[in-house]
Amino acid sequence: MIERTIRVTVNGRPYEKTVEVRRTLADFLRDDLDLTGTHLGCEHGVCGACTVVVDGAAVRSCLLFAAQMHGHAIETVEGLADGETLNPLQEAFREHHGLQCGFCTPGFLMTLTCFLRECPNPSGAEVREAISGNLCRCTGYQNIVAAALAAARTPRQKS
Amino acid sequence: MKPPRFDYVLPRGLEEALSVLAQHGEQAKVLAGGQSLVPLLNFRLVRPAYLVDLNDVAGLDGIRVADGWLCIGAMTRQRAVETSALVRERCPLLAEAMPQIGHTQIRNRGTIGGSLAHGDPAAELPAVVAALGGELVLQSARGRRVLTPEQFFVGYLTTAVAPDELLVEVRLPVTPPRTGSAFLEVSRRHGDFALVGVAVTLTVDEAGVCTAGAIALTGVGPTPVVAREAARALVGVRPVLAAFEEAGHRVAAGVTPDGDLHASSEYRQHLAGVLTRRALARAAEHTGGRGATGERR
Repeated sequence: MIERTIRVTVNGRPYEKTVEVRRTLADFLRDDLDLTGTHLGCEHGVCGACTVVVDGAAVRSCLLFAAQMHGHAIETVEGLADGETLNPLQEAFREHHGLQCGFCTPGFLMTLTCFLRECPNPSGAEVREAISGNLCRCTGYQNIVAAALAAARTPRQKS
Repeated sequence: MKPPRFDYVLPRGLEEALSVLAQHGEQAKVLAGGQSLVPLLNFRLVRPAYLVDLNDVAGLDGIRVADGWLCIGAMTRQRAVETSALVRERCPLLAEAMPQIGHTQIRNRGTIGGSLAHGDPAAELPAVVAALGGELVLQSARGRRVLTPEQFFVGYLTTAVAPDELLVEVRLPVTPPRTGSAFLEVSRRHGDFALVGVAVTLTVDEAGVCTAGAIALTGVGPTPVVAREAARALVGVRPVLAAFEEAGHRVAAGVTPDGDLHASSEYRQHLAGVLTRRALARAAEHTGGRGATGERR
């Protein structure tokens, strides 16, 4: 097939779309659903900017095809905040200056969202390993690690 | 970039997948986790007419123990292998290698069979399978065949899998008692492909004398390199540092790695020796407890 009609859930909302089979999940989110929070850096699985969560697991959306997502649940950075209210992880990034230009931030947030669910009380070393698949050219990572550790200490994040 | 146009085939069962491959042969590429193939598509280095997605084929994933073998379905996600208690208990070498493959995001999607069939000369899994003397089960509409690692890995990014065949299962011998193992690598950054990596196992008898050893390296040749002579020289000796140093020298002298931008040939050769020594020392520490639970029948 050259096109496939898929039904997916993105941030809890169901969508039904017909996509060209070579459309990556990243381009589907950005161009078909207008969810442009997911960023594309390298488009070959190195930079981590396009990280989203599929069925509870952090994955690179530039290395998946939208056609493969039929029946799956996707979480993107747009699903984190409640309206204008940032979630504890986003708030921690803001508080600890965990971003400068912000291009890589959605990928870091989704990677860490998934990681903190699995490992709610991480050490600094564990956080560093968790974000090793995401590149940031501004912060030097120090403040991202600080933000992740702070978010882990926030009671709301643990519940 | 974006992938070129292709026709997407989504078989629901193994038989259907094999018949699609029999029909399209070299025009088709198999999509498992896609963590190596999709970058190649995005770079347009490969342009298959058909992409055969195995993700909806039932029965190709799962981890079980049968007749002294740890059997892992080719479509088992690397993350599932990494977090499997059965793997940790029955094949500690594999468990130790898993977290060194890429990053969590890669392992969440990447499969054990995909990595092996890709045959990257710096990948971790080929060295593990080569060190353990595993078996690779291939299936096609013509039938089934079981290959050794030496038969399976043919060259740079090349395996013996025919265009109409699928790698369906990997079998690794359950680690025998009094056996320690280690997987060590040096890479430029955590999660990068190894400059050099080494997989070793070491078995001792009740008196603590080595009865068997295995050493396999990645990153020093087009396919995993098994250092048979260096491993054989360990048999009958006490597992002491001097013996491991000797093994390291033998391994370093026996490899002729290519140099590239990231590491010269000499440096890779040096790493092969040092990592062998360190890995054997680490394996020797674990000959008592870990692995002792898995009886090989």
